[in-house]
Amino acid sequence: MGLFKFSRSRSLWMMHFCTGCGAIEMPPTMTSRYDMERFGIIPMATPRQSDLLLVTGYLTVKTLKRVVRSYEQMAEPKYVIAFGSCTMRGGMYWDSYNTVKELDLYIPVDIYINGCMPRPEAIIDAFIKLRDMIDKGEANAWKNYRDNLDWYKQNQAKVFDINKWSAKI
Amino acid sequence: MAIIIKILEYILIAFGVAILGLIYGGIGRKITARIQNRYGPPFYQNILDVLKLFGKRNEASHGVMFDLGPVIALTGILTSLMFLPLGSSTPLISFEGDIFVLFYLLVVSPLGMALGAGEGANPNATIGIARGLTMMLGYELVLFVSIIPLMIHYDTASFYKLVQMQGTFPNWNFFPFFLSAFAGLIALQGMMGLQPFDVVVAPHEIASGPMVEYSGRFLGLLQLWHAIAVIVETGIIADAFLGNGGAGWFILKTFSLFMIVIMVAAIFPRFRIGQAVKFYWKYPLIIGLLGFLVLFIWR
Repeated sequence: MGLFKFSRSRSLWMMHFCTGCGAIEMPPTMTSRYDMERFGIIPMATPRQSDLLLVTGYLTVKTLKRVVRSYEQMAEPKYVIAFGSCTMRGGMYWDSYNTVKELDLYIPVDIYINGCMPRPEAIIDAFIKLRDMIDKGEANAWKNYRDNLDWYKQNQAKVFDINKWSAKI
Repeated sequence: MAIIIKILEYILIAFGVAILGLIYGGIGRKITARIQNRYGPPFYQNILDVLKLFGKRNEASHGVMFDLGPVIALTGILTSLMFLPLGSSTPLISFEGDIFVLFYLLVVSPLGMALGAGEGANPNATIGIARGLTMMLGYELVLFVSIIPLMIHYDTASFYKLVQMQGTFPNWNFFPFFLSAFAGLIALQGMMGLQPFDVVVAPHEIASGPMVEYSGRFLGLLQLWHAIAVIVETGIIADAFLGNGGAGWFILKTFSLFMIVIMVAAIFPRFRIGQAVKFYWKYPLIIGLLGFLVLFIWR
């Protein structure tokens, strides 16, 4: 069992959901300068194959639907890293009419990276932190989502319905 | 009793070959990283990947055939491993004409994958399958054309006999049949599905093609298939052209071939599917056909 846990933390296949400006920080993280393949993290093409979902910026209600769907397609155990202040408290989109402000209400997040936007060093740091968390058995946000599915679904439905309501006006 | 020992021996070989293939893949990733001026993952990274995939839960399934697809793929490659002489050792099954059987069995794995991925009904998978089967028309022909001169020269269609008859270093088939060997090497590039022939699994274009719907343990089986296929495919070229020898020599030869393929892959972009098949039917096929001339000159 220890071997499985070890391999789980050493081989994270990630899917970056490229919303907002955080996507531009990913190419340097992947390529020669910062090279995240050292830690066994490689980009994967589909949510089915990946373990790690990166939400790289603000989410409109429309995008949130796609994120939730992608997240639910991933096989467990799965982890989420959210980038930048937009995913925490709305950031510069605080008073926007169609962005969500707290990602944590809709899908469970393991690690937030502070900044607007975070530098590749911060991203690498978050990856290592996540690796340590998995080793210690602390990265359990996916269990949280399964246990509190009703609460998450309620929050999602609320925001999707509000969108419908505002479209009517 | 003898058959039980043979079966146990084969299971041991299959495990060994799978782990060897995974390590080859890991070293290949490291070499690619170094070519791209990166540090790269540890050489055992692929083993960790497979372990992780087998440790995942609640994979998506789209039906019985979808689940059986990876199993058929793995079975196909394990069966072709029975026919492949690993160095100078006798393969599990060997008879006159087993080269043809081996080549037929190599097609079973992609077909199994095509059946499985087809049930997933993802458009990307469908495109990937179509490309994979079209690609096979390209490289299979070249591979056959590069091996046929050897079968004519040694007057046998048994792979084991062919390997035994060519002898060790100075008598390698590579030296007289260098044109065929070159064509075989280009066919190997396509057979392993690496650049410039990676149209089948094109992650940024069709989202990893046939594998698009697979996750968890199914993907783990597919990874094992790829790992064993690396050894089988380089092993065919190594056995046919690079003489016979012990297991150590076999590993060295297959590894060198794998390195050549990886280094070519690291610096090439991707053909379109039409370009790839056209390329195969033009240059390597002509080189392979010129290889027949050796039979008239050298014999």
